[in-house]
Amino acid sequence: MAPKAKSPSGTPLKTTPLSAPLPRKASADILSKSSLAVDDEPLPSGSTTPKVRKLAYPLPTHISPTTINNTESLLRFIILALICGAAIGSRLFAVIRFESVIHEFDPWFNYRASKVLVNKGFYEFWNWFDPTAWYPLGRTVGTTLYPGLMVTAGLIWHFLRLINMPVDIRNVCVMLAPGFAGLTAWTTYLFTTEMSTPSAGLLAAAFIGIAPGYISRSVAGSYDNEAIAIFLLMGAFYSWIKAMKTGSALWGMVTALFYGWMVAAWGGYVFITNMIPLHAFVLILMGRFNNRLYTAYSSWYVIGTISSMQVPFVEFLPIRTSEHMAALGVFGLLQLIAFVEIVRRLVPGKQFQLLLRAFVVLVFVVSFAALVVLTFSGWIAPFAGRFYSLWDTGYAKVHMPIIASVSEHQPTAWPSFFFDLEMLIFFFPAGVFWCFKELRDEQIFIIIYATLSAYFAGVMVRLMLVITPVVCVAAAIAFSKLLEAYIDPVIPESEEELEEATAHQPMSKAKAKKIAAAQQNKSEFNFTGILGGKGEKGVFGLDTRFAVVSVLSLFLFLFVYHCTWVTSSAYSSPSVVLASRNPDGSQNIIDDFREAYYWIRQNTEKDSVVMSWWDYGYQIAGMADRPTLVDNNTWNNTHIATVGKAMSSNEDAAYPILRKHDVDYVLVIFGGLLGYSGDDINKFLWMVRIAQGEWPDEVQEHNYFTQRGEYAVDERATPTMKNSLMYKMSYYRFHELFGGHPAQDRVRGQQIPSTGIQLDTLDEAFTSENWIVRIYKVKKEDPIGRELKAVSSFEGGKKLKKSASSSNAALASGAGGGRKSRPNM
Amino acid sequence: MSTKQPRSQPPAQPSAALQSSFQTLLDNYQTTIPARVKLIDSFLLFIFISGVLQFAYRVLVTSYPFYAFAGGFGSTVGQFVLLAGLRAQVAPGRDGEFKEVSQERAFADFCAASVILHLFAFNFLG
Repeated sequence: MAPKAKSPSGTPLKTTPLSAPLPRKASADILSKSSLAVDDEPLPSGSTTPKVRKLAYPLPTHISPTTINNTESLLRFIILALICGAAIGSRLFAVIRFESVIHEFDPWFNYRASKVLVNKGFYEFWNWFDPTAWYPLGRTVGTTLYPGLMVTAGLIWHFLRLINMPVDIRNVCVMLAPGFAGLTAWTTYLFTTEMSTPSAGLLAAAFIGIAPGYISRSVAGSYDNEAIAIFLLMGAFYSWIKAMKTGSALWGMVTALFYGWMVAAWGGYVFITNMIPLHAFVLILMGRFNNRLYTAYSSWYVIGTISSMQVPFVEFLPIRTSEHMAALGVFGLLQLIAFVEIVRRLVPGKQFQLLLRAFVVLVFVVSFAALVVLTFSGWIAPFAGRFYSLWDTGYAKVHMPIIASVSEHQPTAWPSFFFDLEMLIFFFPAGVFWCFKELRDEQIFIIIYATLSAYFAGVMVRLMLVITPVVCVAAAIAFSKLLEAYIDPVIPESEEELEEATAHQPMSKAKAKKIAAAQQNKSEFNFTGILGGKGEKGVFGLDTRFAVVSVLSLFLFLFVYHCTWVTSSAYSSPSVVLASRNPDGSQNIIDDFREAYYWIRQNTEKDSVVMSWWDYGYQIAGMADRPTLVDNNTWNNTHIATVGKAMSSNEDAAYPILRKHDVDYVLVIFGGLLGYSGDDINKFLWMVRIAQGEWPDEVQEHNYFTQRGEYAVDERATPTMKNSLMYKMSYYRFHELFGGHPAQDRVRGQQIPSTGIQLDTLDEAFTSENWIVRIYKVKKEDPIGRELKAVSSFEGGKKLKKSASSSNAALASGAGGGRKSRPNM
Repeated sequence: MSTKQPRSQPPAQPSAALQSSFQTLLDNYQTTIPARVKLIDSFLLFIFISGVLQFAYRVLVTSYPFYAFAGGFGSTVGQFVLLAGLRAQVAPGRDGEFKEVSQERAFADFCAASVILHLFAFNFLG
């Protein structure tokens, strides 16, 4: 290879030795690879004809165009490979710091389902009925989940076994997200290349590879639908652009396959379902209909729809719900227009053409009316509630507390845009501006995508994920345009120089003359700008170039730095294992969750039912392997409200509920000792609200606030609050830990009253080392028919000493452990 | 082609002009369209009629095996549009629009897409 483009040190300008006869469109990527951060400086597609150009700095002239081309492709390949490596590597913090463990909540279910898939086979998985979830209702898992993720993991697992690499399915699941992130970088490169130049593509790939907005959902162990969905999204968009450009049915089919896979994998597929039709529709309105569009759209829609209907969870939704009607409508419109176009080509008459146009409009209006009628008659379901909450952010809070209660459904706070995208968010509008400037068919796609996703990302935190790819693409376009402008060695000629140049023109065809001319230029413009004392050269001077390029490089470095920092500090916590720092700086692993789940697994009957708030349902099912009342599937609002009611009522009201649902153990998460803020007391108000939605007479939110409207757990707490099951279970025996000192809740910063809390219907069964997980056993009815309250007061009145010893066996480990690690505050 | 007649009759504009327009339409169709596109058109017509019949059956008689209907109707519509796409790619005047796809490639694309379509439709039947 030619000795070029590898200068690890020095100014960015030094790294661009390109010969003068730049091949058109090549837009060489001369890359200075100094870190994982790919800091590629796109080189300009020079002017079309090899004529004499003024250069701001000398270029070697003896390298042949083929060498340049080959080197370019090689470099591009290497860089892309390194970007993929970086994308994978930056997601491994969690694995290195903790261990190869599945994260958070939903991934635990996906993992469990994957285990069923690989251990019991596909049909068993497809027909899986899970009696342990949603006790006593059960859940038909096979038809209520998006199977794409598990099937993908299963296929990879089988493939690895096929090539004699027996890997544990857990490791496949853990590493799936980073692996697909690498693929996402690749598809983003392809996608951006279609929009702009390959250099922009490389930049976009590097951006998406490490952008925290995407990393937040795809670190190792975050085995969730989004892990593969963004790859599929970009794949579908890329092949759609390709299909639309070439008009090939094959690419349309590829789009449909990506789409089908996406439908199988993530509910967010609706975004594609509406994005592509909208793009097609805008193109039609702009008068850009052509048969390529027709072929691409038709083949995508037909194959995509019928493939999406294979997924049991989706089934007939594509023809029955409003979300999918835009795609159908544009499909019909395209048929109509294509037909009319054919007729129009055959008949030249003007009136006739007018008639045809009127016909198109008429049919469109009629079918739209038909759609509306069908919607109101109920054959086509109206928009789902989750969809309404996209338009009215207050909708969910009023009508569906269960959706509003999820923190990732909240509107996005402004800082999180910067946190997740850093400088990209500022380059994003510039990139969209460039798309407006050129406004080719595919760039319209970027514009639409940017507009829609910018709105959605503002409405819901989790949709930050959807805006991230387009921000990366648009920012990469803007960035590469900037670099292009400032690295391009060619100085556009001013008026008087133009004449001079025309004089040189005839000679320039010969290469030797060119070299001579280049050398002449070189001597003339060896230094420009201030260095050469030619201040009037303005933006083309070396000094300005140097200034801008170094600032841009600095941005890139800062971006990498920021991304690494965010990933390592904010997004790499598995949340089933927590980490904290000891005073001496060493790391302290807090493993309460697994400790408690393991305790359940070892110490309870196989069929004992565990009640907890729905957040922990999947984890209990996955790690403790016990039936749960509610879990993260949240399909049955009433059931969840029942649990909410049990948690928020006093013991007398809660006990019958617990008994009716055969609850053996109740599990609460309590962070007051450690300062773990995601605990149940902080989620408590949502339990109250959801319960209130079902039983407005029995549970009222305002009863849980103090007179002054505060949410307090200390002395000021209302009686309702203090008597609620949740409060009692959280703070039961909490003050004993402080040995006479006032008990301090470190999450809420309030002092817990030291009057003992008495539990009549529950026994403390287990409390984890740091008190994060507390498990209570529900007492059976008294054998001689007394009320449990009477029993406990009878026993309490009789002898206090014994009641302490009766429950100390289970408690010793918990309370003792807690004391050990935090002596007396 | 066949569905065009009924809908343009109601607006009784200068009917003579319309009449002549139809005449030119038919004439132009017969003279300018090559034979293989006509073959495709006849296939399109057949699929169209088949689709109309299926839909009429579903509306008038029964929708009982709805999966079967959805699969059948889906494959009919799919085949129709794929064929129409093929027609657009081999019809005269294509070269202005399809620069990257040759006619042979178009046919290969069509075959591949049809196979995938029918795989899905077939899977849907049962």
